[in-house]
Amino acid sequence: MLRFVLRRLALIVPTFLGVTLLAFALIHLIPGDPVENVSGERGMDPARRARLMHEFGLDRPLAVQYASYVGQVLRGDLGSSLTTHESVAHEFATLFPATVELATFALLFALAVGLPAGVIAAVKRNTPADYAVMGVSLTGYSMPIFWWALLLILFFSVHLGWTPVSGRIAVQYDVPALTGFMLLDTLLAGDAAAFRSALSHLVLPTIALGTIPLAVIARMTRSAMLEVLREDFVRAARAKGLPRWRVIVVHALRNALIPVVTVVGLQVGLLLSGAILTETIFSWPGVGNWLIHGVQSRDYPVVQGGILLIAAIVIVVNLVVDMLYGVINPRIRHG
Amino acid sequence: MMRVENVSPRTVLAAVALAISLCAAFAASAKGTLVYCSEGSPEGFQPQFFSTGTTFDAVSVPMFNRLVQFEIGTTNIVPALAESWTVAPDGKTYTFKLRKGVAFHSNANFKPTRDFNADDVLFSWYRMADDSHPFHKFTAGQTFAYFDDMGMKNIVGKVEKLDDYTVRFVLKRPEAPFLADMAMDFASILSKEYFDAMMKKGTPNAADVYPIGTGPFEFVSYQKDATIRYRAFDRYWNGRPKIDNLIYSITRDATARYAKLKTGECQVMAFPKPADLDAMRKDRDLVVQRKEGLNVGYIAFNVEKKPFDSKLVRQALNYATNKEAILKAVYEGNGQVAKNPIPPILWGYNDAVQDYAYDPAKAKALLAQAGYANGFEIDLWYLPVTRPYNPDGKRMAELIQADWAKVGVRANLVTYEWAEYRKRSKTGEQAVMMFGWSGDNGDPDNFFVPLLGCEAVKGGGNVSRWCNKPFEDLIIKAAQTPQQADRAKLYEQAQVIVHDEAPWIPIAHSVRFDALRKEVHGYRMDATAHHYFDKVDLAP
Repeated sequence: MLRFVLRRLALIVPTFLGVTLLAFALIHLIPGDPVENVSGERGMDPARRARLMHEFGLDRPLAVQYASYVGQVLRGDLGSSLTTHESVAHEFATLFPATVELATFALLFALAVGLPAGVIAAVKRNTPADYAVMGVSLTGYSMPIFWWALLLILFFSVHLGWTPVSGRIAVQYDVPALTGFMLLDTLLAGDAAAFRSALSHLVLPTIALGTIPLAVIARMTRSAMLEVLREDFVRAARAKGLPRWRVIVVHALRNALIPVVTVVGLQVGLLLSGAILTETIFSWPGVGNWLIHGVQSRDYPVVQGGILLIAAIVIVVNLVVDMLYGVINPRIRHG
Repeated sequence: MMRVENVSPRTVLAAVALAISLCAAFAASAKGTLVYCSEGSPEGFQPQFFSTGTTFDAVSVPMFNRLVQFEIGTTNIVPALAESWTVAPDGKTYTFKLRKGVAFHSNANFKPTRDFNADDVLFSWYRMADDSHPFHKFTAGQTFAYFDDMGMKNIVGKVEKLDDYTVRFVLKRPEAPFLADMAMDFASILSKEYFDAMMKKGTPNAADVYPIGTGPFEFVSYQKDATIRYRAFDRYWNGRPKIDNLIYSITRDATARYAKLKTGECQVMAFPKPADLDAMRKDRDLVVQRKEGLNVGYIAFNVEKKPFDSKLVRQALNYATNKEAILKAVYEGNGQVAKNPIPPILWGYNDAVQDYAYDPAKAKALLAQAGYANGFEIDLWYLPVTRPYNPDGKRMAELIQADWAKVGVRANLVTYEWAEYRKRSKTGEQAVMMFGWSGDNGDPDNFFVPLLGCEAVKGGGNVSRWCNKPFEDLIIKAAQTPQQADRAKLYEQAQVIVHDEAPWIPIAHSVRFDALRKEVHGYRMDATAHHYFDKVDLAP
């Protein structure tokens, strides 16, 4: 196990270099630069322009800029936003809890609905229930997030008035951000109305962001279950006369979970990228919203630092997922 | 403070129980609160560093004042922190009498001990103007955007304190638009005492992060990318605002802003989508306000390049372009055809100028006369983004392409990413391009000099690269003439030259819209596209 972990950790170094290079190259490939970007129709005083280019280090050759960026990152410094002049790490830390909160709920929603739906579809294979689950999940998977999000807003918020349109909490609640997790902060503040407001604000973004992972999980669960249900040990369990639910849940599902857990791990990356669109539509003050704006304003340190941090998180999550295999299925040994 | 990791389930349960019992008490605390759905986050909370309207709306408009200000809805300059002013006959000396009894805001770290006075004016100015000023620069990348870009250093020589309530600006040259410049956001007055106090505490940066001004609203808090909170400033010199709290709910997506307006999550929204306007007007809970825009959208010929060095060609394409059709198709009627570089709401507008009528036959004749009987092929650059003065650059380009094809001019449509587009336009690479302008301060000088002046050819803002001696003389003379009526006459003459020389095809002046709920009273749209809430009231 230890060797496995060490090997995976060693892989992080080239991955890290690759991610920094990719992020650096991509953002510099987009035409325009952060200084030009703020100038507008008026144009900029050439002296001010030159000063800014110099202070941002943008007057150096790209290779030098990249080398100095990597050096800076190795020292643990992600730089400062060119727009707000705030440290990138600090901005990320301020906004990341909002993204985690949303992604966690989206994942829980996807699991809570996707797993049972996939099991039902597998057990009731080729019945209307199966077709319904697969049809709905295919539709959900194909629906562009921004479109789906707008439909949700128009129906549930504007037409029915059940949910708020956007934001994390109704504006009348000014809850001190102790943890950055709104649900936790409202509880710590002891404000139940604020807690309910925060919860209601989570509903639509959770559905919008959770729909694609839900579809993936449902389909994956279904196919894994179908395979396992054909296995001899399932037949044996049935033959023993065990209750049907016990066969399905304990014998079949547990063994079908391995591919599902892999997929769930991969969904974390998907959730964080999906969060970019979801957060923009729902004015959710998280890192996705922040990154989009960083790209628009060519805020190089924000985009590079944001991508790097998100990549780091995805790498760690996948490592944890790999280690979880052993927990779920003791037959898989690392080492 | 309780550490989060240590919260036991029992504590959480207790908190929930306590919270539920308390919740009734919080119910109706939002009275007198106006929520404005704004379009983005401010770059920072400092009025001098930045140049976007979003930042001005969040900073200089609610929390600061200038010596003079624009009367809301017009570009008339009226007293603000200066009660009155005099201009010496040489046009170079402006003496401002300052208002007494103007209080600054306070916050947890600062309680002002004195009212606004001349020291604050000098501090605010020299912080920008003097490179060796102790507050001139703290961090890399911090610059005084408008101050630098408008070349204020070349305009103002020195600022003197005559007494606590009198300051004198001595200009390097007569500059009539100076007063309008002083009403702009970058000329906001900061508190010297606050900055000094923060310097003493060893946190000079704090003064730029937690704003203290003299404006109608005090800063309460900012939750990044989510909400900005202000409360009415009780001691505001121009009368306490009628609403108690002002909240900006940052909502980048225009459809989401509209949805929030409909559900009452906000009462005023910024920048409605033109496509939504009809539905908004039909909604009995909403009101759509409109305001003639202080802007112009135009096509600029690069007069340094063939064939546009020929005046006949430029005039011919003016005749060949059907502006009425563009106004219908691109602006959906929300604008008016432009015949001059400045919009008609600006003083000095020359209504006597006769626009080039749409006349393809005449255009063809002029082209033949210029030696282009068979037309020519040209790259037409079009805007890659929606701008306040042009909702759809591509559509406009397609219409123009079709119009010009009728007179034998084959236009290839070309565009670049927006920043790249501007960057390239400054080098003079373009032959003919689409561009536009939104005025900053309601002085005609703010259109003519940056867009058509000879200096702006070097700076790149004059994308037609047209430098005409008689025109230049007129606009320079106008800038140095103190009386507005005299200046207006000079600008009227200048417009005749622009019309005859035709460096542009002026296309349209667009109309701006704001949408609000019907319970909002007293809201007036501002001419310079800011959003003011100090005179707004809420009533069912």
